[in-house]
Amino acid sequence: MEMLRTDDITMQFGGLVAVKDFNLNLNKGSIIALIGPNGAGKTTIFNMITSVYKPTKGKIYFKDKDITELAPHIVTKLGIARTFQNIRLFKDLSVFENVLIANHLHLKSNVFEAILRDSKYKKEERLMKEKALELLEIVGLSDVKNEKSSSLPYGMQRKLEIARALATNPEILLLDEPAAGMNPRETEEITLFIKKIRDDFDLTILLIEHHMQVVMDISEEIYVLDYGITIAKGSPYEIQNNERVIQAYLGVDEGA
Amino acid sequence: MKRKDIYLTVVSLLVFTVFLIYAHFRFDAYKLRILNLCAIYTVLGLSMNLINGFTGLFSLGHAGFMAIGAYTTALLTLPVATKAQNFFLKPIIEPLSNIVLPFFPSLLIGGLLTAFIGFLIGAPALRLKGDYLAIATLGFAEIIRIVIINAQRVTNGALGLKGIPATTNLWWSFGVAIFTIIFMLLLINSSYGRAFKAIREDEIAAESMGISLFRHKVLSFTIGSFFAGIGGGLLGNLLGTIDPALFKFTLTFNILLIIVLGGIGSITGTVISAFIVTIAGEVLRFLDQSINLGFVVIPGITGMRMVVFSLMLMLVVLFYSHGLMGTNEFNWDRMFDKLSAKKLLAKRRD
Amino acid sequence: MSLGMLLQHMANGISLGSLYALIAIGYTMVYGILRLINFAHGDIFMMATYFAFYSVVSFNLPWYLSFFIAIILTTALGMLVENLAYRPLRDAPRISILISAIGASFLLENLAIILFGGRPKAFPISELFTKVIKIGTVSIQRLFFIIPVTTVALLMILIYIINHTKTGMAMRAVSKDHETARLMGIDIDRTITITFGIGSALAAVGGMMWGLKFPQIQPLMGVIPGLKCFIAAVIGGIGNISGAVIGGFILGVGEIMLVALLPNLTGYRDAFAFVLLILILLFKPTGIMGEKISEKV
Repeated sequence: MEMLRTDDITMQFGGLVAVKDFNLNLNKGSIIALIGPNGAGKTTIFNMITSVYKPTKGKIYFKDKDITELAPHIVTKLGIARTFQNIRLFKDLSVFENVLIANHLHLKSNVFEAILRDSKYKKEERLMKEKALELLEIVGLSDVKNEKSSSLPYGMQRKLEIARALATNPEILLLDEPAAGMNPRETEEITLFIKKIRDDFDLTILLIEHHMQVVMDISEEIYVLDYGITIAKGSPYEIQNNERVIQAYLGVDEGA
Repeated sequence: MKRKDIYLTVVSLLVFTVFLIYAHFRFDAYKLRILNLCAIYTVLGLSMNLINGFTGLFSLGHAGFMAIGAYTTALLTLPVATKAQNFFLKPIIEPLSNIVLPFFPSLLIGGLLTAFIGFLIGAPALRLKGDYLAIATLGFAEIIRIVIINAQRVTNGALGLKGIPATTNLWWSFGVAIFTIIFMLLLINSSYGRAFKAIREDEIAAESMGISLFRHKVLSFTIGSFFAGIGGGLLGNLLGTIDPALFKFTLTFNILLIIVLGGIGSITGTVISAFIVTIAGEVLRFLDQSINLGFVVIPGITGMRMVVFSLMLMLVVLFYSHGLMGTNEFNWDRMFDKLSAKKLLAKRRD
Repeated sequence: MSLGMLLQHMANGISLGSLYALIAIGYTMVYGILRLINFAHGDIFMMATYFAFYSVVSFNLPWYLSFFIAIILTTALGMLVENLAYRPLRDAPRISILISAIGASFLLENLAIILFGGRPKAFPISELFTKVIKIGTVSIQRLFFIIPVTTVALLMILIYIINHTKTGMAMRAVSKDHETARLMGIDIDRTITITFGIGSALAAVGGMMWGLKFPQIQPLMGVIPGLKCFIAAVIGGIGNISGAVIGGFILGVGEIMLVALLPNLTGYRDAFAFVLLILILLFKPTGIMGEKISEKV
């Protein structure tokens, strides 16, 4: 089933064209990567999909529904969640609260019911807390759940961002450089982790990544961008051997 | 909350109630007024802290909301004869001239009207960020004040209202204060409260987590203005007279001082700070008047009090920006901890 | 209304607009460089009038000397406020520095009340300015020409400084990006101080001319004009100097014409600025000359 489709989306900031005519097809359960040098427009594409930016041209479809003009929070409610390149945790709040908040969008009780703590709200609150604890367990952050999120080491902050995104119950997960700043062991962990959550949570994943190991390991398809233009698209093997991609981004292998 | 905490809190509340009963019978009018003001400023501080502290919206329009609440409650509780006396320049409009309601419904209507106007203002204004929102809300407060000055037949214009029944007493002011505290605690510790905090921390991230910025900002703003209106109503019926000059920006500034001093984002901080600032404000009044030391009289300087207040605000913001409590709430265990640590230190020195 | 009256009103509006423009420039420059609403700016303007007042009344100095001293002292005061109230908070959360600005404003107002007394004083006017010129049926004070001419002259000097001097370039650089400006060897602190100085100096000149036009001065005289001038800066596009000037004139002329054409609404005269503000913020928040800034996510 086609989960996400972008039709020639273009993003222009004044005179600068950040992304031009980008086309993407995401099928259910797949893991697809966006790669390219810095400034190629990858995060801009994420921002367009999640409606943080409105595309200058083109349309975006989620399960055949046009989501181009919808507000960001609605896009999330429909089932697309994301993490951020420069971590955007709720700094002053605890690890637990960060994940708990991401459950709020599914709350059915209104504000008065919440204040009165009626049985409907209490039940929802209990379920939210249980779910948050479960997610923290899965990413391995249960021990630090009451720490201030900004006090966590960098790698754990990234994991928390992922846990938070998962708490919104997404069908599509957009990961923006999840392995950034990680050492080789952590990088391996995150590779396995991404595959695991795709299976356990029935997700479709689109990721931006510079760690080629991760990309080649888990992606089923790769899109390569350079200066906003899609210069290549294909399987990891095809991309690794694509002349243009190597010139623009990958570089020549030392041993070759 | 743990069993022990509930127990301790209930006991302290009981002790405080006994104190209030004592005060009600034994305190003179001046002291009672100060005590009432403490409670009212608690309500006002909490209402502003919800908007500015917890949701991170820089709103400077509080005086305007208080004015709406004060005038509504006053106009509804003023007896018919007194109303006619007040409106000697131009008669008050029908049907206000004949409506007289008891205190509670008047207060409630004042709060609801303020909340409604808060909603009307918030819906467009809250699309603005940071400084722009501050100036817009300031602008709205000024517009409200100017309208009050000019709407002679409704508000009696610059003449103000006198002879407002002094229905605010310790039971009302503290009753409302305690209700507000409990309300705020329940709200902040609910999912909605967390959503507010998320908006404060990072709007873009909050929106990406599915939180509707508009809905929640307007919600926070409307609730905050409701309580501001109630606070205004309590104030009017305590002071007995109100006029447009009372609701200048200085009033917003005073409440801002309270929440900054107490710790933006802390309910208990605001409560404590409201008491401290109100009492200190009265105590510092001596600065405006002459001090007779017996052998010499230091002349009073009018306005010295406000200078000290401004200095205080700046010092707090420059050196102590977290305020008393930061973003923490009161915690029995922590207090006992601190007290026993002191004892430990004292023992060490021996 | 007759043409004569209309011209009179227009002259009035242009004078007022010029004064608003001079003060608005100070707000917009400080906002451009620090992203701060300098609430104390209106009070700096107020202090200028008092400096001039005491120079003339207590020290018996001739008007040109008094005005000169007032401008110097006001410039110094503006730079002092920056140093004490804003510089320490450069890296603090935005709300702290805004609160400090409000605190500084209140401090100045109340200090003025203590030092100068709350009662209004009469600003010393020299005959030079009040002499009336007759054009046909219209009698206009000399002042009504002096104000716009002075404003335009100062503006031209300012534009020259901003666009053709190193200091001006530094100011433009710092308003774009503090870090990068620093990396390019610009002394940020000095640049910011100079910005405050220039803004305060302009406000001082505005204050002098305001005192000549409305000869009553009192410690809270800066509050409403200060707010209005900030609004003028926002209307024109905050951070943009030409915008501040445009905003100032729109506000000045608009206010006078409102009262002239709709005398019933005189009481709402001050509300005019606020209503304009709300409208601009709702429909074009970046102001008339402003550009849209997108936030990088």
